[in-house]
Amino acid sequence: MAASIEKVSIIVSKGSLEGVYPGLIMANGARAEGMEANLFFTFFGLDAVHKPRHEHIKLATVGNPGLHLATWAGGLPGVSSVLTHYMTRKMDQLDIPSIPEFIEMIADTGAGLYACKASADLFGLTRTDLIDQLKDIITVGEFYDLAAGGQIIFT
Amino acid sequence: MPITTYAGTEVTVNDEGFFADPGQWREEMAPPIARLEGIDELSERHWQVIKFMRHEYEAKGTGPTVRVLGKTSGVSVKELYQLFPKGPAKAAAKIAEIPKPRGCI
Repeated sequence: MAASIEKVSIIVSKGSLEGVYPGLIMANGARAEGMEANLFFTFFGLDAVHKPRHEHIKLATVGNPGLHLATWAGGLPGVSSVLTHYMTRKMDQLDIPSIPEFIEMIADTGAGLYACKASADLFGLTRTDLIDQLKDIITVGEFYDLAAGGQIIFT
Repeated sequence: MPITTYAGTEVTVNDEGFFADPGQWREEMAPPIARLEGIDELSERHWQVIKFMRHEYEAKGTGPTVRVLGKTSGVSVKELYQLFPKGPAKAAAKIAEIPKPRGCI
């Protein structure tokens, strides 16, 4: 049999809907296949584990050529909300969980959820601002210790 | 493809150990396959998942993903991972000998 991956550590650095989901899907999929998985939320990716914000993560409608929407149109008030609503409804039809539900499920799989200390300091966030499922706020050095021996994926 | 014997019956398996023909599976084959997956003894909860997976596969032609299992099998996602530490999607599907679910979530 070909070489297999035993462990992945996935960095989520973006705070948009399309920036958060790929990392979550990869972490969840890794656990389902029996790999060890860690998620490290850094910079705007911290929103995904930020109690007041993780239910309100929006699709980027400006500067996102993949949407095939004129940049000026994407910047109109309400466009991001409407398209986020449309996208989440489509995802719901495919039984893709919302971000808070997905993160809870990933924590249930036994994956480790961590926040980046530098980012938490930058945004003035402490442990109580972040969701209960989070294991810890850690430094980059501690992240590398956790990731040792496995693959690191940056999203 | 290699041939293995489970519960006195010869079966053809692929490189990952899945049966070429899921129809060859019988309940007596589950314990020896489970041992290969690191599960020494199948509890009643394991069987609940295995039987549910077989049932879903026979009804729909495809196995349930972990998310679907967690929502509909009566066993939570957390417990699924405790029962099948090597990954419920793969390990439970292998013990129930149904093709690995083709879902991303």
